[in-house]
Amino acid sequence: LSIVPLSFAERSNLAGVQHILLVLSGKGGVGKSTISTELALALQHAGKKVGILDVDLCGPSIPRMLKVQGKGVHQCDSGWVPVFVDQDKSISLMSIGFLLEKPDDAVVWRGPKKNALIKQFISDVTWGELDFLIVDTPPGTSDEHISTVESLRQYMPLGAVLVTTPQAVSIGDVRRELTFCKKTGLRVIGIVENMSGFVCPHCLECTNIFSKGGGEELARHARVPFLGCVPLDPQLAQCLEEGRDFIREFPKSSAFPALAHIAQQILDRTSSQSS
Amino acid sequence: MAELPGCPGPSSAQAGPAAACQGCPNQGLCASGGPAALDPAVAEIKEKMEIVKHKILVLSGKGGVGKSTFSAHLAHGLAEDETKQVALLDIDICGPSIPKIMGIEGEQVHQSGSGWSPVYVEDNLSVMSVGFLLSGPDDAVIWRGPKKNGMIKQFLRDVDWGEIDYLIVDTPPGTSDEHLSIVQYLNSTHVDGAVIITTPQEVSLQDVRKEISFCHKVKLPIIGVVENMSGFVCPKCKIETQIFPPTTGGAEKMCQNLNISLLGKVPLDPRIGKSCDQGQSFFSEIPESPATLSYRHIIQRIQEYCGLHHTEEKLSN
Repeated sequence: LSIVPLSFAERSNLAGVQHILLVLSGKGGVGKSTISTELALALQHAGKKVGILDVDLCGPSIPRMLKVQGKGVHQCDSGWVPVFVDQDKSISLMSIGFLLEKPDDAVVWRGPKKNALIKQFISDVTWGELDFLIVDTPPGTSDEHISTVESLRQYMPLGAVLVTTPQAVSIGDVRRELTFCKKTGLRVIGIVENMSGFVCPHCLECTNIFSKGGGEELARHARVPFLGCVPLDPQLAQCLEEGRDFIREFPKSSAFPALAHIAQQILDRTSSQSS
Repeated sequence: MAELPGCPGPSSAQAGPAAACQGCPNQGLCASGGPAALDPAVAEIKEKMEIVKHKILVLSGKGGVGKSTFSAHLAHGLAEDETKQVALLDIDICGPSIPKIMGIEGEQVHQSGSGWSPVYVEDNLSVMSVGFLLSGPDDAVIWRGPKKNGMIKQFLRDVDWGEIDYLIVDTPPGTSDEHLSIVQYLNSTHVDGAVIITTPQEVSLQDVRKEISFCHKVKLPIIGVVENMSGFVCPKCKIETQIFPPTTGGAEKMCQNLNISLLGKVPLDPRIGKSCDQGQSFFSEIPESPATLSYRHIIQRIQEYCGLHHTEEKLSN
């Protein structure tokens, strides 16, 4: 008779979570938090309960994007209660942004301290029952990423969505992130090409400010699914600034169908997996 | 370094026993650190870096705002004066973009008696990056903090830079290992200051304010802020759109509030990204672009700042 390790004997805080998704990119500022936020909103509109774990400790963006900056995290018997974004409690969020005394405080931490907090985020947040937990990460392939993947391994995450912008400088970093996924045994759900083309709101001329097609080409080259191109859309940027629900407010915008399509592919994948 | 309420910070003598440390997951870690012994490399780096006349760090709390593009073109701009030796050091260990932007991807670093030789783009412009040490474009650097710090130490101590006038350091986003290490290693030498890059929207500015707090904490002077991707003029109808809207007043308002100089605003120009992908300087590719003119103006202000700083320093000695 073998001894059950303590962490398994107790009911873990992630036990009620159906699917765990990571949003990764080697490059910063390509839209990881944007895609995480919009994906959460799109899944919520599809009737799912979604949690977001923001492990970007030095630059947490999600609280503002969901207009919950300044909210506090409460402690209960089984751990930290995440912040609920809406009244129905269908989106919950945990971020270091809620633990800072002042919003401009810098988190000047070296690796070991970041790793300890990430472990705590993964074991001690009381998510309850969730259909999806989306983990938003900082750029790179370092402490935060290694710790997150290691701590989540026992919960068998669905995989990673890799975000890139189309230009070669960004693709180069995402190629390295693909290698990271391969080395750590993390499945790649697919690649999203963000900021792909800008349609001038005045004359409808499309300009490829950050080039075009790099993400799709990389997906083909690496033999991973391509989830779609999200165009540069000032309405999307504006919504994220003000913490408004883009998916509900702008169904006619150019970015909407792309985001909805990405969410649908993830839903399809999970339904085929569970059937 | 009080990050969380009551936290004395890992470098404090109170780290571990302080009241706020009770129950903190890092209590053991912080307490075991104790007062760190002085790294002997610091003295070697001091000796090596003292002859560098000007050191400029390019920082931003946010990723993808244009730190590497700016660093590369600051280097190009300063190197136009052939009497000046310029060095560009890329300490973005996990996402080195400088080799591609400078058009020297795939180059190797050679070992000589006096250390690692950097890669030369021009006679007076040398570059060092972890990108030159990788075996291929898919090679990922999956390193935790201490290994990254070791690499930065080697870049400062073991690279044979020669005599240089300007050292420009391009950094990754954030306020973590790389940033602490570069500041600590250069602490004993004179650093002119940091140029902070941002984009106009609040989502970026909120990270940049954290970077400014970081600079204040580690007593790094701030030369000024550059607002990048500031507006886009449609090439067809010539009407300007704010793709990344400055909903809280952009960098201008932030600089006013924090009493920091705004060095300039650089508009979005698709040709900049293209030049970077091709590894060419957009100064020569698109000399007439408003972005180029804005860049040149910013570089001039940095030169003036360094010049002024240098004379002040000499006077005070």
